[in-house]
Amino acid sequence: MSRIGVFICWCGENIARTVDVEEATKQVAQFPGVRCALNYKYMCADPGQTLVRDKIASERLDAVVVASCSPHMHLRTFRNAAQLAGLNPYRVEMANIREQCSWVHPDRTQATAKAVQLIRLSVEKARRDHELQPIRVPVTRRALVIGGGVAGIQAALDIANSGYQVVMVEREPSIGGKMAGLSETFPTLDCSQCILTPRMVEVGQHPNIRLYSYSEVEAVSGYVGNFNVTIRQKARYVDISKCTGCGECWNVCPLKRNRSEFDYGLGFRPAIYVPFPQAVPARPVIDPKTCAKLIRNGCGLCIKKCKAEAINFKDQDKLVEEKVGAVVIATGYKLYNIGKAQDRPGLEGYGEYGYGKYKNVIDSLQFERLISASGPTVGELKRPSDGALPKSVVFISCVGSRDNAKGLAYCSKICCMYTAKHAMLYKHKVHDGQAHVFYMDIRAGGKGYEEFVRRAIEQDGAQYYRGRVSKITEENGKLIVRGADTLAGEPVTIEADMVVLAAAMRPADGVEQLAQKLNVGYDEYGFLLESHPKLRPVETSAAGVYICGACQAPKDIPESVAQASAAASKVLITFSASELTREPEIAKINEETCAACFACVHACPYHAIEQAEIRTPRGVFVKRTARVNPGLCMGCGTCVAVCPSKSADLEGFTEQQIYSMVESLV
Amino acid sequence: MNLAYYPGCALHGSSNDYEQSLRACLETLDVQLREIDDWICCGATAAHSLNQKLAVALPARNLALAEGKGFREMLAPCPMCSMQLLKARKALAEDEALRRSVSKIVELEVRGDTQVLNLIQLFETIGLDRLKAAVKAPLGSICAACYYGCLLTRPASVVEFDDCEQPRSMEKILEALGGKTVDWNYRTECCGAGMTMANEQTVLDLSHKILSNAAAHGANCLVVACPMCHVNLDMKQVNIERHYGVRHAMPIYYLSDVVGLALGFKPEALGIDRHFVGKA
Amino acid sequence: MAAGMDTPPSRLIRLLQLGHAKRALQAQAIWQCVSCQTCATRCPKSVDCAGVMDALRQLSAERGVTTPKQQRTVLFQKAFLRNIRRNGRLNELELIAEFKFSTFLHSRSLSFLFKDATLAPQLMKRKKFHLVGEKAHDRAVVGRIFARCMDNSLL
Repeated sequence: MSRIGVFICWCGENIARTVDVEEATKQVAQFPGVRCALNYKYMCADPGQTLVRDKIASERLDAVVVASCSPHMHLRTFRNAAQLAGLNPYRVEMANIREQCSWVHPDRTQATAKAVQLIRLSVEKARRDHELQPIRVPVTRRALVIGGGVAGIQAALDIANSGYQVVMVEREPSIGGKMAGLSETFPTLDCSQCILTPRMVEVGQHPNIRLYSYSEVEAVSGYVGNFNVTIRQKARYVDISKCTGCGECWNVCPLKRNRSEFDYGLGFRPAIYVPFPQAVPARPVIDPKTCAKLIRNGCGLCIKKCKAEAINFKDQDKLVEEKVGAVVIATGYKLYNIGKAQDRPGLEGYGEYGYGKYKNVIDSLQFERLISASGPTVGELKRPSDGALPKSVVFISCVGSRDNAKGLAYCSKICCMYTAKHAMLYKHKVHDGQAHVFYMDIRAGGKGYEEFVRRAIEQDGAQYYRGRVSKITEENGKLIVRGADTLAGEPVTIEADMVVLAAAMRPADGVEQLAQKLNVGYDEYGFLLESHPKLRPVETSAAGVYICGACQAPKDIPESVAQASAAASKVLITFSASELTREPEIAKINEETCAACFACVHACPYHAIEQAEIRTPRGVFVKRTARVNPGLCMGCGTCVAVCPSKSADLEGFTEQQIYSMVESLV
Repeated sequence: MNLAYYPGCALHGSSNDYEQSLRACLETLDVQLREIDDWICCGATAAHSLNQKLAVALPARNLALAEGKGFREMLAPCPMCSMQLLKARKALAEDEALRRSVSKIVELEVRGDTQVLNLIQLFETIGLDRLKAAVKAPLGSICAACYYGCLLTRPASVVEFDDCEQPRSMEKILEALGGKTVDWNYRTECCGAGMTMANEQTVLDLSHKILSNAAAHGANCLVVACPMCHVNLDMKQVNIERHYGVRHAMPIYYLSDVVGLALGFKPEALGIDRHFVGKA
Repeated sequence: MAAGMDTPPSRLIRLLQLGHAKRALQAQAIWQCVSCQTCATRCPKSVDCAGVMDALRQLSAERGVTTPKQQRTVLFQKAFLRNIRRNGRLNELELIAEFKFSTFLHSRSLSFLFKDATLAPQLMKRKKFHLVGEKAHDRAVVGRIFARCMDNSLL
């Protein structure tokens, strides 16, 4: 026989205004199994909780139903209260008579009747609640950080400095990400590499950080606290443990005219190369697409010169296994492709701007390299076509951003700021030059940001036009830029020496495949999904997997660093105990009745069900069965739905419970 | 090859030289044109400027006339006509209620079965290889600025033809015929369209820019595929020269003119002698 | 075209967004527009600006709020429509005659009346001048189509 206590909350006026709580209490007290029913103004407050605990003791209740707000709000509160009174917390149910009743139905009679029905359902459920114990899983207190840009670096250092080991995987030959290629950063105009490279070195030398550069995450299995990661170390053809970074090899390499990826095609690098001088690790890599030795067994000059005998043309990709307890994804961004070639339907590029056709129409990252002191033109602003100093430069904002027709609907957030920065840096280099900026709006919301943009306009003489550019053509070496000035109400034509396009920020290539490996969701643009945009911005739907930086949404360096530290703090919370507890409302399979059809294995979106064998203690095979991994299961119930033998069931939401709830209504 | 032919008012009016040259070429290339029986005006600028219903109905009737005779394809050499036909066809395909009401208005069931081709598309369908093989007199002396105007490539969602910023379909044909083309900056800029009579200054201003830019990039002629553009650039060239005090002396060829010349026709057979601006 | 417009397209759309339809309908710009479709091609919000211009033209003509400066263009388009209503196809000579006549009635400009008169012999020389224009055979259906589409007395 059940001894259920029902507690109906007024929630001040929120419930009591619409639901006749007294009447409801009277009716509910009649339900079979209900030992006591009462109502109170604020169940979640201390007195309310005390009431629950006292009644559990005095009435020897074996289950509790609280009829109040959404379980999202206070299920934990009431479960804790029950536990304190000695009642198993999983015999506490909540009937939502606020969000699902008093807040949406105006008629008092009808709302009261519905509230009573909702409570009836919860009572039925509570009658069949089992006592459950939280699941405890061990935690491997090592973290994986995917991506070695400023966000990944920050997260890795925070975790490593807390005393835990970090495995960092970076796809490029060096860490540093996009920030390593920037010239100066807003709003301080700090030299980007100067502030980043000390961090990069710290990562490279940190005793707690194991860096896999030129590597990618191949596969991930397991669950929070217990991930198994397979990392593919791509073949460098250089043994970085032997290599001293002396540079003889890349100096002697005859194939010097390969377009440099780090310079976004504006500079050149040899076939064996270090992407930039401050690279971490400062060791070269051989490009298999251009190296003569690898393609047709020619050349080989570098291996002759290498005193450390570090070059190995027989190198192969290696797969390495690592065990970690938490993962931080910090894969960063790439720029929208302004030309015709697109990797997504619905994107079209901007043919009218002549990017790809006219050498002097470049994008913002290319401009960063041109003005960077360590760039392909050593900091002298030489335009790509003829190396001339541009006296008039047009900067166009929102190329691909805020474009529903052929680009991306969202705002890329950083372009207004870096365009102002570009205009300023341009003026600092070319004192008699003129910067023209075409914009739709100016987004400068950070600390000191608005003042920064005003500096560009008021002190560095940048001419801002509110309007878009319609077309760019080239006549006699000049770029004819035809745009609009809607504030003046007329078209504007500028003859420019160079045009810089602020291309939209998109998630890096391959992020969707990586997300699938980790069971993390992503939106239509490929940005990784946070659990809650306001309250849980660095957590994901996959327990133990966190995100930070531009992979989540367009953002600048201060925000990326802040978010990285936030992700690190979540990792540290995960590591704070030697065991993790997980909610026990997960699937369970009756191994006696399981027919081993494994429909559930295929249906499970979390790959949480395994094919297992039952053997006698002597090892004799008895039968096969499906078995739920309690660490991975998220309690979605899909397996319960597909199981033909009704062997799969959900603790806390058993089929018996559901059936009896439905029957009680009929 | 057998397809319906919608000349449109211009090709039977003062742009009958365009019809002359395209008929000559296409016959040689074994393309049979069957003029649509009792076609009516597509409405041109006047219809879409004054009554949107009419702007759909008039082309719709012509679509119905063509599909009624079982034609899978129709040639509309004037881009205004082809664009209006395609626009009507698209609107009716996307809105069943509209299709039914327009069918009632034009007194014929319009299903939109017939595809509409412009002259460039027809040459592409015939095939550049076939064109190349049929060349008798490669266009050695031609250094053309291919001029597309507005309605061959815009609106892109309606005409779905070539690239509306950097089109290359005409250049490819010219190169297959042994001619040279120039890269220039006014390929898709408007010539002034139907403003010839009502607002001539607009035409003079816009067409002058086109002619100047073509010359500045080394062209010795323009190649067009639109009778309206031809009128504005050819017939009005003397007015442009007078107004701006420049001498353009830029011959304007229809696409079918240069194809015909390469196929071995004499200029007179193609109606080239009927242009206003002759070869320099 | 925007350089010569009194109200560039962006301002026209803004006026419409604010509900100032009357000001939009009287803008010179809507009859200066050549329908080149560049506006709609460029718009990142896929606003069919060319279609908006068409609608403004139709509404301004229907409500009779076209201005004197716009008359040449308006009269031309109206004459064009009347012509194809009568003939099923365009009769160029008739159109020129009607257009020149109606603009003369409006502006009394002799110079405009006789402008490009020298084109006539040049066109004749080139066999581009058709004294008798083509007509569609079934002109009655054209008349009925027009009647069904234009339910207010525009013409």
